[in-house]
Formats: sequence, C-alpha cells, structure tokens
Amino acid sequence: MGDRLETCFDRLRTEGRAGLFPFVTAGDPDLGFTRELLPLMTEAGADGFEIGVPFSDPLADGPTIQRSSMRSLAGGTRLSSVLEMVGEVRADIPDTPLVLMTYYNPIIAMGLAEFVRGASRVGADAVIVPDLPPEEAGTLVGIMNDYPLEPVFMLAPTSTQERIELVTDVGGGFIYYVGQMGVTGARDALDSDLGATLGKINRVKNRPVLVGFGIKTPEQAAEVAGHADGVIVGSALIDVMEAQASREDKMRAACDYIASLREGLDRSKTVS
Amino acid sequence: MSEMVSKGRFGRFGGRYVPETLMPALEELEIAYGEARGDPAYHEELAYYLREFVGRPTPLYLAERLSDDLGVLKVYLKREDLCHTGAHKINNTLAQVLLARRLGKTRIIAETGAGQHGVATATAAALFGLDCDIYMGEEDIGRQSLNVFRMRLLGARVIPVTSGSKTLKDATNETLRDWTASVRTTHYIIGSVVGPHPFPEMIRDCQSVIGREAREQILEAEGRLPDACVACVGGGSNSIGLFHPFVDDADVALIGVEAGGRGLDSEEHGASLTAGRVGVLHGCETFLLYDDDGQIIPAHSVSAGLDYPGVGPEHSHLKDSGRARYVTVEDHDALKAFQKLSVLEGIIPAFESAHAISYLDRMAEETREAGEMKTVVLCLSGRGDKDVHQAEGLLTEMLDDEEVR
Repeated sequence: MGDRLETCFDRLRTEGRAGLFPFVTAGDPDLGFTRELLPLMTEAGADGFEIGVPFSDPLADGPTIQRSSMRSLAGGTRLSSVLEMVGEVRADIPDTPLVLMTYYNPIIAMGLAEFVRGASRVGADAVIVPDLPPEEAGTLVGIMNDYPLEPVFMLAPTSTQERIELVTDVGGGFIYYVGQMGVTGARDALDSDLGATLGKINRVKNRPVLVGFGIKTPEQAAEVAGHADGVIVGSALIDVMEAQASREDKMRAACDYIASLREGLDRSKTVS
Repeated sequence: MSEMVSKGRFGRFGGRYVPETLMPALEELEIAYGEARGDPAYHEELAYYLREFVGRPTPLYLAERLSDDLGVLKVYLKREDLCHTGAHKINNTLAQVLLARRLGKTRIIAETGAGQHGVATATAAALFGLDCDIYMGEEDIGRQSLNVFRMRLLGARVIPVTSGSKTLKDATNETLRDWTASVRTTHYIIGSVVGPHPFPEMIRDCQSVIGREAREQILEAEGRLPDACVACVGGGSNSIGLFHPFVDDADVALIGVEAGGRGLDSEEHGASLTAGRVGVLHGCETFLLYDDDGQIIPAHSVSAGLDYPGVGPEHSHLKDSGRARYVTVEDHDALKAFQKLSVLEGIIPAFESAHAISYLDRMAEETREAGEMKTVVLCLSGRGDKDVHQAEGLLTEMLDDEEVR
C-alpha cells in the first residue's frame, strides 16, 4: 500500500477513529478554488480526499455531481490541469492521502502510461476509475505496479462472494464500498443491509473499507463508521457549497459541514 | 477465485466497462442468455411471436424503378419497415422481453433516440403486461413528439432527460443510472448493439434474423449471393443484423453508411467509425467521437436514430479487420434520397434508412466507371412516417431553394 494511505489508516486504527474522506470535483467552480479548499478542509477534520476529474458522461453519478462536473468542464478543466493542481496542493498537505477519481476515457485520451507517470509524479496516492472493473483493468494496473500508485476498486451490495475476493485480490489501497445501489447522491435513509454486506467483506478483507454513495448527515456517517474504516462524502458536500453564492461562503460552508461530520464520527467512536 | 479476464470481445473491441453495481447483473444476464440461446423452447416462442406478432419474414423487395434509375445496380430492399411498429427494433425488444420474463424481472427500461426503439420496447412490454419506463432526451422529445405519444398510448412512461446534450447518449447514461439502482427487479433493453457484454452480442443475435432471411431470399431470387450489403449505421443494429450472416461470404461487400451530418469538417456529424478514435463509452471499447481531453463530443444528424457518438464494438472490429467498409452521407443528401425513394417506389423511408439509399448514387457511379453491374441488398430499416413532419419543413425549404437556383 502507498505510504500515505498506509500511514493514515494505521493512525486511524491506533486512535480508534473512523476516516473522513471528502470528494470534490476538481475545478468546480475553478481549480484555484479546489486548490485553496483542500488544505482548509484538512484543518476542519478531513483525513484524505477524493479528487474527481470531470467527465462529459459521468454514468455512475447522480444529478449533484453531474452538475458539478458540467460547471468544471465549462470552466475549462482538463485531466492535465487537475494533475497540475494536485502537484501544487501537495506542498500544503504533504501527508494527506489524495485519491484521483476519473472515468476511463480521459485516461485513454491522455495515454495510460502518461497518466500513471503524471499522477504519480504530482503525488497522488491512488486512482479510482468507476467504469473500470477489475476484469478490464489489467493494462492500467500493470502499469501502476511500477509506480507508488494504488488501484482502488469498488464493491456494491450486489457483489457476490466471488467478486469480493476478486476485488480484494486485485485492488490496492482500500476498498470503496458503494453503500447504496444506484448513482452517487445524498440520501435521507441508508441501505438497511449495509452492516450485513460489510460483514461479508470484512471476513475476506485484507484492506481498509471506505463507504461512499448516499451519506449526508453526521448521524449517517457515524452509523456507517460503526461498520467500516471510514466514509466518503461527495454529493452532500457539493450540495452544501452549491447553496452558497460567494467563494468565501462556499469554503466556509464546506469546512463547517466537514467539521460537523468529524464531530459525529468521533462521538460515535467514543461511545462504542 | 475469478480471473481478470475481459469478456465479450470482438477483436480488441467490446468488453464490459461498467460500475461494480452492474457487474453481477451482467454476469446473471450472460448466463441466462446462454441458457435461453441453447433452449429450443425459447426459440420456438420467439419464432411464434416474430411470425404472428411482428409479421416476419419481411419481404426482400426488388426495387425496379430505383434500380432502373441507378442503371447499374439491381437493388433489393429488405423491408424491415414493414415490421410491426415500423422498424427492425422490435426484433430485439421482443426477444429481450421474453428473456426478461425468464429472468423473472417485472420492469423494463430503455433509452430511445428517434423513439423507434422506445415504441418497440413499449409494444413488447405491453404484449406481456410489464411495467415500462423509457428515457428520452429532451431534444429528441421535441423532434419526435408523435413517437412520445405512441409510447404513452402503449402504457409506457416517457422520462425526459435534461442532462448533457439531451439526446440519445444522455438518455443512455440515464437508463444505465436507473439500472444501477433497480437491477434486482428491472431488465434494461438497450436499443442497439452497444453497451457492456453481453448486450452487443445478444442484440446482434436478435437482429441477425434480418440477414438470415435476406440471405435465403436473395439465393431464392437470384440463385446467388449479392455483390454487396448496404445499411445505415448509428449504433449499428440493423446493419450488424444484415451483415452478420454474410460475414463469412468473402465475396459479399459489407458497406455501412454513417451520418455525415453537416459534413465531416463541420464536426457536426455522427461518423464515429469514419472520423472517431478508440475509447470507452457506455460500457464498451469502440470507435467514438471525443476531444483531446477524452470528453465525448455530441453527435449530429438530421436523423435522431443516427445521432450517437459511439458505435457497436463489432462494427469497430469489422472496420479494423477490413471486412466491412464505412462511408458517410450528409443530411442534405439523405433528405434527397428520402424524397427519391418516396417518388420512385412509393416507399417513404426513415431518415436513417435514407442515408443508405443515398449512398447507392455514389456506388452506382463507381460501378459504372468500373464497367460493372451489381446486385445489392439494402436494409430498409424503418419507415418514414415518424419523419414526415420534420421532412415537411426541411424539404419544402430545400425544394424552394432549388427552384430559386
């Protein structure tokens, strides 16, 4: 596992805390904003980040991240400029895990080897490609093996025992567990099977599990954290920022929200 | 332990590029389809409905006045326009609804561009009393209001898609999104030979009835195979359906006609095979229209059914291997062919099929120059009733223009 991810999960385990990994679409509304936001959210209690590369056809994403991606694309964000931004922000948050999340076609357009070299050079720790299941990832994973860049795969409530073993075997870094069937987006209620399915994964896992898709409130985050190593919160965070007009207000709202999730997570761990 | 093996490849194309939520459903579908394919009862049931409900076999009609006009081509039209619902799409939707029933799914979803696939899906769902939701881009809803009403009349719900370019590709995204949430109860009937494995193969099998019949019929009529098979290519289902049973007949040229839109230089076209590059969209690796950053470029065509920035992976393989050839016809020429077939044969073709008809002019020219005569089987994939309203505006303008000149 990459050093930063491994160190981060080790520390969380020692401290008995659940990890908080916000997702942001890079370049929404512009890359300068994202560049400034990540260190602020680290101070507010984030343990690491998923940095989304906008794509014209984000088929795993719900309306919030679709809108966010379109705003970012309209501002001219490209995969190459996202990588540059990651390189810059790396200087401010040298120990924070940064996970790139991008659909496959932008990687194909850049060239697989060039992408892996670039991502690793700017200090990204892992890559998630939502439309690239392990069966199709052979070439990309093969290239990544030569770099300190972890391929992260997803599991879902529908995943069979066989697929749980496949993903655990092929993937690195952590397992991204999709806590809800369907696309990304904040939900009022979480899947009731969550605990049972995570139990299945925990029986074969040799890596940390982060749960994403659908988490909105500190209470939900705390509930999920009872079964996993941490949570990923994306759409709800973007919703919070969308509701504000100015850059300053967006950043303040994002940090307040992250702080509230942090508090919810820490409270639950103290109780248990 | 399962292995990291990509399934459903046509040469280097195809595969299964989908979010993890869908992988188990695709595996289940692959197994169920494998079982159905080997089950005589499934084929018998399908054959019954194709015959009694769709009206198959469709005629292979010798278009005499069109052939006379072209001079050096003897053109047979495979009359998919005479299928129930007016296009070849029903061949696929009927077969897949039967499959959904085998899988125990109670709800059907589909995307639609021109609305033909939506109508065919709604029809097959109505036939068996299944719930049916159709996703359609807002842009296309405007262009094809009659088909929207038809789907509603058949008991389906039409859900407008407002994301992205509001056309077929976005409707496909939205249907896939629905499916990731509803896969336990719902079967997704993709409308073309695109998408993740097993869809391209399964839909090709369903549509191959076109080529199987045509092959038999032309042998009956001419005592030999045709020199060429011609069909329009959007996603590529009617063309693969015609081509596939002829693939091993090396002497039969296979020619796919893509939407040239406003011209390849204009960047407003649907010619992914002619002008695109290899990428991944909607679950498969294939030729696509995208920019230097990998962002998908919306396609354009006067015909909503060809307005798709990708193409079936099997076509990509047929192009790559040189077995089939792909050409383009622009909006303006397709409109002229729409009018020409109406006048010469009393057959109003769909805008999509009119692209294939238009290509015959170029083919006749080349054949004449080579001093040859050729027999051609052309897939008339659908009838043009759905396009008449749009044609009224466009053709009147064009005819007026030509009168002025």
